[in-house]
Amino acid sequence: MTNHWIDLKNSDVLLIMGSNAAENHPISFKWVTRAQQRGATLIHVDPRFTRTSAKADIYAPIRSGTDIVFFGGLIKHILDNELYFKQYVVDYTNASYLVGPDYDFKDGLFSGFNPETASYDRKKWNFVTDDKGVSLKDPTLKDPRCVLQVMRRHYARYDLKTVVDVTGMPEAKVLEVWNSFAATGKPDRAGTILYAMGQCQHTVGVQNIRALSMIQMLLGNIGIAGGGVNALRGESNVQGTTDIALLCDNLPGYLPIPRAIWADYDAYVKAGTPVTNDPQSANWWSNLDKYAASLMKAMYPAADHKTAYTWLPKIDDTKVVEYSWLSLFERMYNGGFKGAFVWGQNPCAGGANAGKNRKALAKLDWMVVVNLFENESSLFWKGPGVNPKDVKTEVFFLPASMNVEKDGSVANSGRWLQWREKGAKFMGDSLSDGDIVIRLFEEVRKLYKAEGGKHPEPILNLDTAYLKDGMYDASALAKRLNGTFLKDVTIADKQWKAGQQVPGFAALQADGSTACGCWIFSGSYTEQGNMMARRDRAQTPEQAAIGLFPNWSYAWPANRRILYNRAGVDQAGKPFDPKRAVIAWNGEKWVGDVPDGGWKPGEKLPFIMVREGRGQLYGPGRVDGPLPEHYEPFESPLAGNPLSPQRVNPTALHFAHEEKAVRDPRFPYVCTTYRVTEQWQSGAMTRKTAWLKEMQPDGFCEMSRELAAKLGVKNGEQVVLESVRGKVQVVAIVTPRIKPFTVMGETVHQVGIPWQFGWGQKKNATFDSANLLSPSVGDPNTGIPETKVFMVNVRKAQPGKQG
Amino acid sequence: MSENKGKTFFIDQTRCTACRGCQAACKQWKKLAADETVNTGSYQNPPDLNGHTFKLVRFNEVEVDGKLKWVFFPEQCRHCLEPPCKMMADAFIPGAIIQDEATGAVLYTEKTKDLDYQTIREACPYDIPRKEESTGLLTKCNMCIDRVRAGMLPACVKTCPTYTMHFGDRDEMLAIARARLAEVQKKSPAALLADSDLVRVLYLCEVHPSHYHHHMVADAGSAGDRIGPFSRRALLAMRPLRTG
Ligand code: SF4
Ligand code: SF4
Repeated sequence: MTNHWIDLKNSDVLLIMGSNAAENHPISFKWVTRAQQRGATLIHVDPRFTRTSAKADIYAPIRSGTDIVFFGGLIKHILDNELYFKQYVVDYTNASYLVGPDYDFKDGLFSGFNPETASYDRKKWNFVTDDKGVSLKDPTLKDPRCVLQVMRRHYARYDLKTVVDVTGMPEAKVLEVWNSFAATGKPDRAGTILYAMGQCQHTVGVQNIRALSMIQMLLGNIGIAGGGVNALRGESNVQGTTDIALLCDNLPGYLPIPRAIWADYDAYVKAGTPVTNDPQSANWWSNLDKYAASLMKAMYPAADHKTAYTWLPKIDDTKVVEYSWLSLFERMYNGGFKGAFVWGQNPCAGGANAGKNRKALAKLDWMVVVNLFENESSLFWKGPGVNPKDVKTEVFFLPASMNVEKDGSVANSGRWLQWREKGAKFMGDSLSDGDIVIRLFEEVRKLYKAEGGKHPEPILNLDTAYLKDGMYDASALAKRLNGTFLKDVTIADKQWKAGQQVPGFAALQADGSTACGCWIFSGSYTEQGNMMARRDRAQTPEQAAIGLFPNWSYAWPANRRILYNRAGVDQAGKPFDPKRAVIAWNGEKWVGDVPDGGWKPGEKLPFIMVREGRGQLYGPGRVDGPLPEHYEPFESPLAGNPLSPQRVNPTALHFAHEEKAVRDPRFPYVCTTYRVTEQWQSGAMTRKTAWLKEMQPDGFCEMSRELAAKLGVKNGEQVVLESVRGKVQVVAIVTPRIKPFTVMGETVHQVGIPWQFGWGQKKNATFDSANLLSPSVGDPNTGIPETKVFMVNVRKAQPGKQG
Repeated sequence: MSENKGKTFFIDQTRCTACRGCQAACKQWKKLAADETVNTGSYQNPPDLNGHTFKLVRFNEVEVDGKLKWVFFPEQCRHCLEPPCKMMADAFIPGAIIQDEATGAVLYTEKTKDLDYQTIREACPYDIPRKEESTGLLTKCNMCIDRVRAGMLPACVKTCPTYTMHFGDRDEMLAIARARLAEVQKKSPAALLADSDLVRVLYLCEVHPSHYHHHMVADAGSAGDRIGPFSRRALLAMRPLRTG
């Protein structure tokens, strides 16, 4: 989230799209409801009328996988009708930048495409620059080469009729949503967009989010109270795990992942540090060397940081998604791994193409499962259709303790690191993840010491001083994540002693004199103590006006509650909307939130994390294009793409040997997957909780009355869903909440199935995981699987029979 | 007890998202058993109130003025001001069903196991009482009387994330319920507070009460519903003679 949960109440128009917030983030509705009480309009765009739609003022149905068509049309609508916030767009976005002569877009492809590698040469999308390398601009936005004009031309194809034909959304609904939301393009109006996996889990997932971010920039909705781009995170601490590098493309604090092509630490820093000669740009990533050096010292305090860098694993010179989830399972499926740790995961139920994952696990020699309970993955060797005798994989199960049994921080969607203390002791032989990982590591280290081994330094030298009385101590790690001075240092006349906690990331040093495990967490555990444990509601009147509680927990970065807040004020520091100012310059200092850098008004541009300081309407950094473009999902009811001759994202992650259903009469219905409020993730915990299971006991398939009539299925009967990859049998919920779509003049039926159930949930269950149906295709930037849309057949189950 | 004393719930159904936090919280606080249910083609589960389900969120898909609505009804005992179940029980076993002096909560005691289940259930204008087979007791929501006496909110109210559930002194609840009703009526003129002069659980209905459940309001009293010479509703509205 650029903003935070409480801030939702400040919004005038809330667009929930790609999320069933009421269902999956029940507490969000505490604040959505507050906004509605103030008279805000709630819009829900979704293929299915859900618990969220039930509370919405406007519900608009959309065929899964066509979000960019809808957003592209909205961009065109905003540009055609001059509904954008002109001052914001000119001053704070790259709308005025001149795009270079090599940029082109033809037949669904951007310039620079190499069909052999299925990738783009992104240099072709560069801006025109002056002799210092600063991009040329036309603040009048009239130059045909400027970004705004390039966007006009790009989205000219996304006219109302096309949007209606491709998305299946009725014309009146399209206009109602567009007009309501575009009305927030005024300084005194705030619109927010809430999304979740419904935007991400697509082969165009990243570009979906780019598109909605562009809309927010056009309307001046970023950096203000009640605005922003707000990802609702699906696990209580998934924000925190992302921050400390759960993903394959970065190191903690979103530092780039080391690559083998970079010879040494200096090459890494050079490659990762953007350079600009624009004096107005803060270009925050120019500090990368301080954060990288401090990370090396956090891991290897006794070593020189440049040496420590050589000990880190490096990825090959290939697409980063080759290290992502789908690629790992492809490699495992092909016998590419001997062993695996399946840690707090359930790939045989929660992972896309779960049937393939089950077969992949059977190719391993060993597997270690760390979890609270046995689940479909730890038990895959005796799952449906598997004869344990045929499985060679040796499975070890390490019982983990639960979140309420350990101390630590949980980072919520609004980036608040909230410390909590354990409420119960570990049960039985279970241990915290920290204890398990340290014990395992020390055993490995002992073996290296005793027997030697290849590349021993990273193992022998890693610092693991996080124990207290022999047990893992979360506070010790939290202190290291904040950062510590390793030598006496003087910063701006203030003396710091070795061993003291750094006050924030501005104190981190590039020479190895500080250790910090995650620079964005710096400031969370200082000499003043554990800032994450604060529960003080004190606030200034300015903060009270927008529900900002700076003394409650700690928000990264720098306790800033609303990101890019310098974009919410004009060049003189005056808030565009004084009634709900996030920050304001009072003549001497900033009041309100922590500003994005303390410079005086107008001194620096607001989007400090991008090289040139302005919001990127045109984004040359993504691997699949500088502007979002609609491509059909890999599996689709259409044979082609109505927007261009290029059917699917040409750079998407997929495995050519796997069949896809494209306008395939065997699989005529669009299917999407989702969650229910009563179950959590793959259900491994909640399916064991009787009260929750009682409320939502089984897998089900929601379908329209029209489709049910066609199939002869009655509400509550069992149906079989079948895709290219597998089949599942579930209960049919026949409902008016799903309606057939009219797409390109034809009727398209869509069905939906929650993925949180599996064969392990109850005795004699015939039900299995929805992910047996979903495909192994993914976004080219992140590798996230396209589990939100694929094609299935649905038929009535034979009474008393399975399948 | 005077009609404006004691405690009351205000349940603003325009806000309910059917998260069912209340349904789970009720079972958790009261340590009530869960059944091995099956999906019957609805999110509503268990399908009905039962001896160990005192709070049930009902889901209904209805069309109102050509618009699809999914309405949610977090149902529980209404704690009638003049409870017909108690009147009926008093005729057989006085003290089996009692009314708490301070709060007005209608409480079922151990003695309910000797009452005739069908008679008591039929006396209720809202069809609330159930029999718990494992103990033989008649059961229903007891306003979390243990929590309320300890100065706490009922478990379901405490849990609700959306400001649907409110609990407090009756005059205060009536005031906020009426204020909220006026607000909702601006958009939905048909909105009403169901039976607010008869019960301690004020349900704000945005659409016609029958869309939520046929027992959202007390039975008007068809011939079949009659209990002796009175309809259930007449019984409910009956005021015992009072002095002072
Ligand atoms: S008041 Fe207590 S007993 Fe009654 S429904 Fe709420 S939680 Fe259950
Ligand atoms: S907890 Fe509140 S929002 Fe959730 S179902 Fe109950 S009344 Fe509705």
